[in-house]
Parts: sequence; C-alpha cells; structure tokens
Amino acid sequence: MFGSFDFDVIERSWRYLFFDGMAFTLRLTLFAMVGGIVFGTLLAMMRLSSVKPLAWIAGVYVNTLRSIPLVLVIFWFYFLVPYIGAWVLRSDTPIRVGAFASSLLTFVMFEACYYCEIMRAGIQSIPRGQVWAGYALGLNYWQSMGHVVLPQAFRNMLPVLLTQTIVLFQDVSLVYVLSITDFVGAASKVAERDGRLVEMYSFVAVVYFVACLLLSQSVRRLQARIAIVR
Amino acid sequence: MIKISGISKWYSSFQVLTDCSTEVAKGEVVVVCGPSGSGKSTLIKCVNGLEPFQQGTITVDGVSVGDPKTDLPKLRARIGMVFQNFELFPHMTVTQNLTLAQTKVLGRGREEALAKGMALLERVGLKAHAAKFPGNLSGGQQQRVAIARALCMDPIAMLFDEPTSALDPEMINEVLDVMVQLAQEGMTMMVVTHEMGFARRVADRVIFMDAGKIVEDTSKSEFFGTPRSERAQLFLSKILGH
Repeated sequence: MFGSFDFDVIERSWRYLFFDGMAFTLRLTLFAMVGGIVFGTLLAMMRLSSVKPLAWIAGVYVNTLRSIPLVLVIFWFYFLVPYIGAWVLRSDTPIRVGAFASSLLTFVMFEACYYCEIMRAGIQSIPRGQVWAGYALGLNYWQSMGHVVLPQAFRNMLPVLLTQTIVLFQDVSLVYVLSITDFVGAASKVAERDGRLVEMYSFVAVVYFVACLLLSQSVRRLQARIAIVR
Repeated sequence: MIKISGISKWYSSFQVLTDCSTEVAKGEVVVVCGPSGSGKSTLIKCVNGLEPFQQGTITVDGVSVGDPKTDLPKLRARIGMVFQNFELFPHMTVTQNLTLAQTKVLGRGREEALAKGMALLERVGLKAHAAKFPGNLSGGQQQRVAIARALCMDPIAMLFDEPTSALDPEMINEVLDVMVQLAQEGMTMMVVTHEMGFARRVADRVIFMDAGKIVEDTSKSEFFGTPRSERAQLFLSKILGH
C-alpha cells in the first residue's frame, strides 16, 4: 500500500529541514522559554503582591492573553509591532522587525502567562515560615525572594515548567502562518515543491513525537535528581 | 530593651490581641505561656514586625517597630528569632544557611562569615554536620542549627516561638540545653514555650496569656508559687499535673 509513496524526499531534504527549520524552532523555543520564565516569574510576583494595583494589572494581563488564541496573537504582533515601534520611536514609517524578533516577542509575552501561573503556584507552595525566617534574618523582599522563595519554588515547579516548554516547542510551529521557515514551515515548502505532502507531514509528526517523548522522559529523570530532601 | 505597650491586633473582625503591655529588660529571660490560641505566637511575631498590629506601640532598643518609617529589615537583623518548625532553608547546606544573612545583610566577607558560622556550629555541637542539608538532620539538630543561624547575626535579643513543640521528646533537652546556656550568658530572651522546667531554671519572669490578653505578668517564684488568676492556676494544674 506504500507503493505510491516516495520517502526519498526526506533523504533529499533533511539537511534543509534540520539545519534551517529545526534550528529556528529550537532557537525560538529556547529563547522564548528563558524570556517567558523570567517575565512570567515577575508577573507571578506582581500577582501575589500586596500592592493591589500591581496584582490587578498582572491579573488582567494574564487572563486577557490566555483567553485569546495564540495564532491571533502571532498575527497581531507581526502586523502591529512595526507600528507600535514607530509610535514609540516617533518615526514616520513603520519599524522593520525581523520575523525572528517579532515571533520571539510574541512567544515571550504569551508563554509568560502560563509560566506565571506555574510560578505563582510554586511561590504559594513555599510555607509562610520560610518567608518569615528570611525576614527575621533581616533579608528584604527581593533578597528573600531571590535566595529563599524562588530557588525552592523553581525547583518544585521545574517538571511543570519543562512540560510547559514541551508545549511551547510544539506551539512554535504556529509561526508557519507568517511563512517563517521553522521545522513545519520548511517541511511544508518541500512538501509542496515536490508534491509529497503525506510523506513530509508524516515525517514531521514522527520527529515531533520522538522529540517530545525524549524530552518528557528526561524531565522525569531530572525530577528525581533535583528533589529537595525534607 | 523590648517595650510592648497597649498592643491590639485584629484578623479582619476577630481580635487576637487585646491591649497587651509588658517589658523585657536587657539580660532578662521572659517566658510566655498559655493555652493554644491565646495569642502568644502572634505577640512574639509582633515584636520583630512579622505580624502587623493595629494599635499600640512596640519599641526594641528604642526603635519603634510599627512606625512605617522604620527600616524593618535593619531592625530584624539585630533580633534573632527561632521558629517552631526550624525553618532552615532546605535547598542550602548548613553552612550556607549560617552565612547567607551574614554576607547579604551585614555585608561580611565570605571568610569572616564562615568562621563565625563554624564557631557557632561548634558551640551547638554540630560542627561535623556543616556540609549536610537540613533534611538530613534530626529535628533537634535542625533547631540547634537554627539557633546558631540566629546567633550569627550577633543579636541584641532572641525571640523563641515554641522552639521545642515540633520535636520528639528525646530531642527536646538538647535544644533546651543550648537555650539555658544562652540565658546564663546573659542573652535577652523572650520565649514562648510550654516547657515549665525551662521556665523554672532560667526565667526571670513568666507571662501567662489567655484569649489574647496578658493575664499574669509576674516573677517566676510568684507564678509557680501562687498564681493569682484562676485561669493560670487551671493551666498550671493541667500541664504540671502528671
């Protein structure tokens, strides 16, 4: 039944798929993860702040972005960022923003909402006594966050943070709507050029499956290694 | 040293402390006791500003705790506190626990902080455990590290919030021994505890609290001799009864 399929197309194109497509996907995933976790942690601290306006702003931001489909956010940002940039820099013409910069900004802003909720749960999982102990020693808010609360929250939540990163890794494929050559984008270009849609998309699915399987297994191993002895 | 006058505190509409006043002089050891829910722990947490209070004033070494202009971290760095659940930082080794605040708050150098930490660790008899994580120590050992951690800051007074309540019976004494030694060296101490043996040995005064009020504030001999209030008599008969 596979008689009419031509899997040679993979052999002909794998360099392009991985060195161009997958390289972009991995780079975007990595940067968006780091940026998302940093921004998400700040959002979580704002949401838990006793300063009510800060908590309110962070809450509105997170809830708004989480209720809009990611594809829409990607589109919006791609078309709006040049104009916002122009407005900020008081320029008459829209600013040229590269595809990578635009999609990175989108993913950081969007994924930060999810990382925020994870870090919020992580911060709340730290017993109040730990914060008291930090304060009682004379640490200020930032010191007790930085040395006592966040390191523990981060460790407790690392498996969930990485699971969210696996989701991010898959979500990155949506930049294909901007005709960016990520892994899926590269595959679809080859697929359409050679008329081998089924073969290419099957191959893409297998690669994603294997990558995510390996990642989630390493998360499980990591989880066992970094657990805090209590 | 510590002057508490007219403290009242509410959790929304529920009043936990009602017009509490007392004083702890330099070098004095004051034991605070009373049934659970009487506000002892809340009162002691007000002293270094961990719990805010709505009425009254507390001054420590002349600095007002409730004053919004007070630099609370700076004041807290001078008051040692030991908690019921030890509250060592579980992601740090014993050494890191002892040196963190010394370097970050007092600005001491690594070497100096380490030397100070090790000296105090030796004093509580745990020098061999410096490289361990708190989770690998027994409860009694953890609490002794917690005391050493507080002493590293060269505090002018020490607050103890039920330091032995979470310990197994066989570990209580190793912690109390450290506290007795500290008291005999002249440390100013405010201790929330049910350990009446400890109170008998080293306390100068005993405060008895019930339902958020200070019911008795008397010398040790008077408290154990003939407490005036019926409530304190009942409490004593219950915990000394067997």
